Amino acid sequence: MILTHINYFADLINYFSNTLGWGFGGKILGYVIIALIYMTFFSVAGLLLVYLERRVAAFFQLRLGPNRVGPWGLLQTIADALKLLTKELFGTDRKDNLLYHSAYYIVIIASLMALSAIPFSKGLVAFDVNIGVFFISAISSVGVLSILLGGWGSNNKYSMIGGMRSGLQMISYELSSGLAILTIVLMAGTLSMTGIVEQQRDMIFLLKGHIPALIAFIIFVIAGTAESNRTPFDLPEGEAELGAGYHTEYSGMGFAWFFLAEFINMFIISAVGVTLFFGGWLAPFGITDGLGPEWAWGLFWFFLKVFLMIFLLMWFRWTFPRLRIDQLLTLEWKYLLPIGLLNIIIMAVFVYFGLIL
Amino acid sequence: MEQVTLNTADLKSQEYFLNMGPQHPATHGVLRLILTLDGEVVKNIEPDLGYIHRSIEKQCEYEGYKQIIHLTDRMDYLSAHINNEAVALAIEQALEIEVPERVKVIRTIMGELTRIASHLLWWGVMGMDVGALTTFMYAFRDREMINDIMEETCGARLTMSYSTPGGVMFDLHPNFQKRVKEFIPHLRKVIPKYDELLTGNVIFQKRMKGVGYLSKEDAISLGASGPVARGSGVHSDIRKIKPYSALDKVDFKEIIYTEGDNLARYKVRMDEMLESLNIIEQLIDNIPDDGIQAKTKALIKLPKGEFLQRVETARGDLGVYIVSDGKKNPYRVKFRSPGFSNLNALIEMGKGHLIADLVAIMSTLDFVVPDIDR
Amino acid sequence: MSYIGDIIGGIKTLLNGMKVTGAYFFPNIINRKYVITRQYPDEPAIVFERFKGEVVMWHNENNEHRCTGCQACEIACPNGSIEIIWDRVLNPETGKKVKQIDQHIYHLGMCTMCNLCIQACPTNAIMWSTNFHNSTYDRSQLTKVLNRPGSKLMAGVEE
Repeated sequence: MILTHINYFADLINYFSNTLGWGFGGKILGYVIIALIYMTFFSVAGLLLVYLERRVAAFFQLRLGPNRVGPWGLLQTIADALKLLTKELFGTDRKDNLLYHSAYYIVIIASLMALSAIPFSKGLVAFDVNIGVFFISAISSVGVLSILLGGWGSNNKYSMIGGMRSGLQMISYELSSGLAILTIVLMAGTLSMTGIVEQQRDMIFLLKGHIPALIAFIIFVIAGTAESNRTPFDLPEGEAELGAGYHTEYSGMGFAWFFLAEFINMFIISAVGVTLFFGGWLAPFGITDGLGPEWAWGLFWFFLKVFLMIFLLMWFRWTFPRLRIDQLLTLEWKYLLPIGLLNIIIMAVFVYFGLIL
Repeated sequence: MEQVTLNTADLKSQEYFLNMGPQHPATHGVLRLILTLDGEVVKNIEPDLGYIHRSIEKQCEYEGYKQIIHLTDRMDYLSAHINNEAVALAIEQALEIEVPERVKVIRTIMGELTRIASHLLWWGVMGMDVGALTTFMYAFRDREMINDIMEETCGARLTMSYSTPGGVMFDLHPNFQKRVKEFIPHLRKVIPKYDELLTGNVIFQKRMKGVGYLSKEDAISLGASGPVARGSGVHSDIRKIKPYSALDKVDFKEIIYTEGDNLARYKVRMDEMLESLNIIEQLIDNIPDDGIQAKTKALIKLPKGEFLQRVETARGDLGVYIVSDGKKNPYRVKFRSPGFSNLNALIEMGKGHLIADLVAIMSTLDFVVPDIDR
Repeated sequence: MSYIGDIIGGIKTLLNGMKVTGAYFFPNIINRKYVITRQYPDEPAIVFERFKGEVVMWHNENNEHRCTGCQACEIACPNGSIEIIWDRVLNPETGKKVKQIDQHIYHLGMCTMCNLCIQACPTNAIMWSTNFHNSTYDRSQLTKVLNRPGSKLMAGVEE
């Protein structure tokens, strides 16, 4: 299948380098502009998600949440970020300075790179690579490195336990989320994120693949929650057990980066889930097709779907208790992994015999 | 070619120490546990006390008998009223005065309300300790209703100092009965919801079941009391064994589970809340009207001798032991606090479990650290 | 098939829990139905009439109080929160020396609100106020003199 390939970011670089004739310099300028857009998105989305989390948590807990700074308290997280920016950075004595400080850079880099491969709308993807899904799952396992480094470098036993738990958890749950993704890739026949979205024009994969897709979705949500370190899988932090786990010894912006990246990771997980199972930026049943620029509607639908998915994750967080480390592994190796493997075989059979819709 | 062989006997895991507390979210105060860990497995627990020791027992020796009572508020602050009642009962027992029926009923109702409030707080914190953060606010909403009832009648929400030797400080507020009657159906309605939210949850069940086993023999020999002992099947409710105040006139069950694990202790407390509601319900409609203070002298002097009064606080068996040499202040006061003995059980229960389990076990023991240290 | 049964049963309990929290969440979004917190400086705090905020001395409009200086409260206080500075003053009408307070000093910072002083007072001179705005930047401001400057003993109040 040949896709008519629209990519506005590529057009932008093309415009600077070829149309304006700035050559290599124009290309660099284009990259810088795109990078700035993504970094702005990173911080704005992170702050908004923090606000959203606090607000949603508050409503679950019979409270109001932040409601003083700005309209509906929207500026609260910005005020908090400013406070964190001005705070003194201090860590433990005899911390491993290199590892300790590199940890939060790695976590931002990993999140930003994963973000770059997500199609926000028609033609709005910075890194439209033909192995997009694979790229994202590969990059998101780099994120665990930062947690391990932070946990080890802090020279604190609580941090170390948190970091080690995190490593265990990430490595285990990568498998399940990978299998869930593979199930969908089997159906789509492509690893490209844009390709997967385009394939769902007639029907989203969750419906198209019915039973195996639904199982894959459930596995993906569970594994995704685990990968983004959220309750019921927030063992690396586990505030009742470990204080704050791997970021116990971080202060000020060092802590803020971990915090923001956690929320961006949640966004990435939700975005991948939406792309794989709910047709990404496509309007449900094509209800807004031809009603204006497709990329604008695409953004709207994409963020709406992502928001709903994020809300689901938040609902989990504010309802469930935390698992224990051995139960976490039991869940992965005795339940999710066998089911995921079985599911992928079922899906293969379905695809081979044309049983999917 | 050189062959490298790996001798597994050379591979050793190293045990290490972890200071849990005095500032740690799971210790609910300033309890310090020195843990010996192998990986995440707890090999040994060594509680280190004294971070909130205020020498209440010694202070009592310098205070008059009426003045002791406000100090007991500060021991187990979550069952403050029951502590007050214990001292008041001990003094009344020594003076051999008969308090009015109204006082007995009021004390019992207040005691049971305190017990519910304490268990509600425990439930909220229990959820937090295992990671379900929302339970905290739900429990606090219900507890707030009790606090309001307390504030309206006693003038304070937590440290009530409501009982005095021979009576109570104030008469009941006219709204008291109405508010209690509003509270009872409310709690009856929400506890099934809480069961759905936390008790029934598969994660919670897995975290609780079979964890922190305390056998009946151990519970007895370690001196555990209250819900901890009753979770292990020990018949230990002082309200049944030696009824005090109006408890001999009401009909209630002693909640006993025999499993001895976290879930059993959890269920004991959950059921106890409903049972306390039963007790309140039996008493609230017919509070006798014969005054709130028995005749006592302005300056109380106890006869020479030793006096012991046991009561069942929300945490277990509180013993107040007063030695008097006939002066206006006691010669010696000893509080047998339930938390201290229950802490012994933690050492037995926690060994061999993971840190996360230790937190859950500590939560089911329901510590109030000022009660352990006094 | 307890393996499958476990999974389905487990998911069911999880959904049950989500139902409970959801039942609070969605009404809260729409009309804040179950919100229990009070926005304190905007909404006044609910304080009950018996609330033991701090000990105050009652004065009438002629700046007269009922405290005879008998020191019953000072004796009753378990931790020495109350100190009374008094003197015997000659009453010009009767020609007798009468006890009169100079300062009724109350250390709010030490007070445990146990109500014993108020119970002990034979003339109902002191009482509870429901004021709870007691925080200060300096501990010394918590030491208060309860009788107002220039106040006198009310006529007819005797020990």
